[in-house]
Amino acid sequence: MLDGNHAAAEGVRLSRAQVIAAYPITPQSPVTEKLSEFVEGRELEAQYIAVESEHSALAVCTSASTVGARTFTATSSHGLAYMHEMLHWAAGARLPVVLACVNRAIGAPWNVLNDQQDSISQRDTGWIQIYARNNQEILDSIIQAYKIAESVYVPVMVCYDGYVLSHTEMPVDVPPQEAVDRFLPRYKPHTILDPANPKNYNLVTLANPRINAEGVLCHGYMELRYLLQEALQNSRDTIVKVGREFGEVFDRSYANMFWEDRLDDADIVIVAMGSLAMEAIVAADMLREGGHKVGVLGLRVFRPFPKADVAKTLEKSRLIVVFDKNISYGLEGATCSEIKSALYGSSARAVIRNFVVGLGGRDVKAREMVDAVNKSLLSVNDGDLNREYPEWICAI
Amino acid sequence: MGTRDCQHICGESSPTVGEAGKTGEWRDSFPVIDQEKCLPARQNKASCFLCWLYCPDAVMSRTIPIQINMEYCKGCGICAQICPAHAITMIREQESCLDQME
Repeated sequence: MLDGNHAAAEGVRLSRAQVIAAYPITPQSPVTEKLSEFVEGRELEAQYIAVESEHSALAVCTSASTVGARTFTATSSHGLAYMHEMLHWAAGARLPVVLACVNRAIGAPWNVLNDQQDSISQRDTGWIQIYARNNQEILDSIIQAYKIAESVYVPVMVCYDGYVLSHTEMPVDVPPQEAVDRFLPRYKPHTILDPANPKNYNLVTLANPRINAEGVLCHGYMELRYLLQEALQNSRDTIVKVGREFGEVFDRSYANMFWEDRLDDADIVIVAMGSLAMEAIVAADMLREGGHKVGVLGLRVFRPFPKADVAKTLEKSRLIVVFDKNISYGLEGATCSEIKSALYGSSARAVIRNFVVGLGGRDVKAREMVDAVNKSLLSVNDGDLNREYPEWICAI
Repeated sequence: MGTRDCQHICGESSPTVGEAGKTGEWRDSFPVIDQEKCLPARQNKASCFLCWLYCPDAVMSRTIPIQINMEYCKGCGICAQICPAHAITMIREQESCLDQME
């Protein structure tokens, strides 16, 4: 039995991270405590670097990654926001840092409980984002994250819900070290720092390409940004391949960008991300008892967003109800926007409804999700496919 | 011709002369040394060389007379400011971009 934070730390230990720098913040703190125990007890041969802030934590990781170390950091909420600048830097420098984001609401007002506003607010930093539904997925995703990141040279954020997963104990299979060593090869950096062959990395780069001293036409800023986008576009196949390989070694396959529950015959689909996708399965059970053909699409990978896979899976749906533990203020929940974007140009004619739920740790009950789906069903016949703004499950 | 041939996936260069291009092209004015006033030239011995010391682009030579590498002089004018003998004058480039725009 492990709680989510302990599962994350076990994943880092098994991945043989070499440099760990993290600053404690609720609800992530037990991750840092467990990892420092591992390092102190020589269960993990790593440098644990104490820092004075999250910004420095990620600066340590990007620097260590540049010189060839496998790195790890973890944070939540305000800590992730404080890392914002370095998140961009890690992605732009194409450093395969792995970060665990223990999802927590962000102030004002102060709140330490769960929603996904923190990581969603970092979606445009160029990181791959994976969301775990349970503690086993946290451990497994961290091991996979290293293999993905070090294949495509894009940093990976493994996100899991604060308290709901981080402080809740569940049965977790901790695989043997030999199996993980077989699955995860050594990190091969693309940045080689060698005094005999000195290099500048990520120096001032103007917009246009330039010819270097050897006469080679080198990327300008635009070209490097194109390559980052191209890497994320292409990472979809790597993520699925790594997930399949993981299944071959550990008997738990992740050869998907999202989890599917009873979608084969479903004409009503609930979409949710993280642990909320598990609650959605309970809601689908209840709706099926009422005679509705309901399935669940549990988003696992949010960046790169699997547009083509989503469109193919949802094109026959009659009703799609998207639950978001986040909101892009002035618009709607972030996953709902992505679902709509994925379906544009497809043959889908589904009614799409968005519900903002569970902000600041507000409990999300399966019963409430059932009510939201039933309410949405009433409007299916109106021909009103889209709503300008989301509905909220709250007391106002 | 595209830039993929460079094989880099992040900003990368080798610290060599000219790696950032011929930065002298950025210049809109250039320094001229009056050898009658320049202290090393006047005394004919190694002295002063504050322009050599302060030049951020290392284009001033530590020789008599002092030579300026105009391929990389960006025309910042620090040498003219720092010269204790007021021997350096900044002269506007005749063919600068600004002149062409006018």
